[in-house]
Amino acid sequence: MRTEVADDKDYRGEIHELSRNIMTDWMAELKDATQTSVPSAYLMISGNCVEILRCFDILPVFPEINALQLAIRKKSLPYIIKSEEIGYASDNCAYVKADIGFTMCGGVGPDGNIPKPSVIVCNFVGCNVYIKWFEHCREMLKVPMIMLDIPFVRDGVPSQDDVKYVLCQLNELIKECETLTGKKFDIDRLREILAYSARAEEGWSRAKELCKRRPAPFDSYFDSINMMGPINALRGTREAADFFDAVVERYEQMVAKGMGVTSDERFRTVIEGPPPYPYYRNFRNLFENWGAVAVQSTYSTVGGTWEFGFRHDPKNPLESIAEQMIMHNLCNRSMLDRYKQIKTYIEDWNADALVIHSIKSCRLFSAGQGDMREYFAKELGVPTLMVESDLEDPRYYSEAQMKNRIDAFFESLQYKRIREGEPAPAQA
Amino acid sequence: MTGTKKGIGMKYAAGIDVGSTQTKAVLIDPARAVVARTLIDTGANVVRAGQRALDGILAESSVDRADVGFVVGTGYGRYKIEAGDTQVTEISCHARGAQMLFPMTRTVIDMGGQDTKAIKVGPEGDVLDFCMNDKCAAGTGRFLAGAADVLGLSLDEIGEISLRGTKPIRLTSVCTVFVESDILSHLAQKKKMEDILAGVHEAIASRTIGLVRRVSMDDEVTFTGGVARNIGMVRALEGKLQTELNISPDSQFIGAIGAALFALDHVFAAERDAGQVSKEPAVWVDE
Repeated sequence: MRTEVADDKDYRGEIHELSRNIMTDWMAELKDATQTSVPSAYLMISGNCVEILRCFDILPVFPEINALQLAIRKKSLPYIIKSEEIGYASDNCAYVKADIGFTMCGGVGPDGNIPKPSVIVCNFVGCNVYIKWFEHCREMLKVPMIMLDIPFVRDGVPSQDDVKYVLCQLNELIKECETLTGKKFDIDRLREILAYSARAEEGWSRAKELCKRRPAPFDSYFDSINMMGPINALRGTREAADFFDAVVERYEQMVAKGMGVTSDERFRTVIEGPPPYPYYRNFRNLFENWGAVAVQSTYSTVGGTWEFGFRHDPKNPLESIAEQMIMHNLCNRSMLDRYKQIKTYIEDWNADALVIHSIKSCRLFSAGQGDMREYFAKELGVPTLMVESDLEDPRYYSEAQMKNRIDAFFESLQYKRIREGEPAPAQA
Repeated sequence: MTGTKKGIGMKYAAGIDVGSTQTKAVLIDPARAVVARTLIDTGANVVRAGQRALDGILAESSVDRADVGFVVGTGYGRYKIEAGDTQVTEISCHARGAQMLFPMTRTVIDMGGQDTKAIKVGPEGDVLDFCMNDKCAAGTGRFLAGAADVLGLSLDEIGEISLRGTKPIRLTSVCTVFVESDILSHLAQKKKMEDILAGVHEAIASRTIGLVRRVSMDDEVTFTGGVARNIGMVRALEGKLQTELNISPDSQFIGAIGAALFALDHVFAAERDAGQVSKEPAVWVDE
């Protein structure tokens, strides 16, 4: 059934523009910091403790965002090669290589306007490769580094000892921030910041919930990526909280009017894995051509699995930060927990199929996706497509091969529907 | 995509499969009988290859272009076929073509110049699942061509020779780039040509089995694509899979046959739209 669609400017423009605006403001703030003595800190996206840094007015800088910005602007390859020249292997994480190569070339951000960090906070969550990334940054940038050790969650629930262990480290981090900034830790300020975090998390969850509707008001993979900046990098700010209020309002309006992200939502997918940023637009087109809308995605939960109910709690500030870092994000949990998450998405968001985009240079999170494919395709009978390229390295992306696999997959789904008696889609 | 009225009163349907190495075209009549087939090297000009292949089947059958109701393009060059009315991936086409030639087909192994596919097929020739080799051409027809080159043999003869091997060598990889040095090192060790070739075929078969297992193999298995003409590859796969493979003399044309069958659906659909009764349902209308 064809449904009304918001035109491109309308559905993509409004929220994307809002997102772009607040992210640009953040970048401008970082640029200003290069001229002033405002402290800044490197931090990772997954399960981060950005609220503690905000409490001390330390500007967060995310090397992952720098890396993806390089990739999406098609600037990543020379820096990747630069890293390979000093010994990084071809199958090392390409995020790491792009960022290291860029740092070697004297820049610190895609536009060269991001400050050298005052401190590097390695909030190691799930990805041990990142430890080496940040250690190399420390060597190159000659700045102090604070290493947080977050226990991996193997069986679904962290122990109380795990939480205490992380709490101790957060208290140490607070002391380091006090020393760095000369400011006294103000727990009431932290509570205020966490209230903004919780408001943004609530908005994000409500928006994603709307994708259970048919048609979905936005693509919960591609459009969610535009919302990941505010939820991950700007979490804890009034701007991010206000942004998600606007997101909910906009998408609720669309749902009320029966408007979808596409005029003809033919397939509802769940997507696992990050996108190929160097070919982001091409990749999206391959799905749009088939009227395929992602109603949920795991990548959008790298920073936090907010849709499952967790909120930062101003009443238990440090405890809730510790808990979120340990278990309420995608990366610090086992593959079986990821299975459960995807299964819930498929069932509760009424998806037709699972698409796995496996990342060549990320063996840590791509390992096991072959088994994942088997589990969903064979044990649960969910049509599952697995494609492979890279999130950062353009050399791994082949448009013809990618298109071939995606077209064949949706052809088979369409063919099945026609066999089952559904009328063939109208010819273009 | 052209208008739905195209094909009214037409009799024939054509499929053109523009592969990385060769372009195949097939013309079928409404009874699904193949009335003409053409095979040419794709070369650098994909557009021209598609047109030449179509010209070839028209010349062979003496059918007028105006009597061809619909043309479906498939293969990597499918979007470059100017004469094509629409495109379908070769995965769907090989499944459909294999099922027509061998109706009990449930698994298709398609081995072409640059990729190898394992396709799980439903009773109607519909694709239930598929797996392909990754971006690298390891373990495909190109690998065999590399092996033949370094041994100074033609592709047509290596299969037969490999069957005489009694002690297949173990290759360190199925990398198309490194096959040359790998084989040269075995030649330097005075290994027999037939044992080297047996090893080459076994190496590809092992890699292919991995793809087949991923979609889970069901009998019957039909082997399609240019490499299916290689008896050494057929025997190596049969040995690993412990089953007999369906091989058609038209193995190279199966993708084009599948494309022609999809084209025939359009011909029937157009006839039905025009009020002409047909027993055949139009099961496929691509965008």
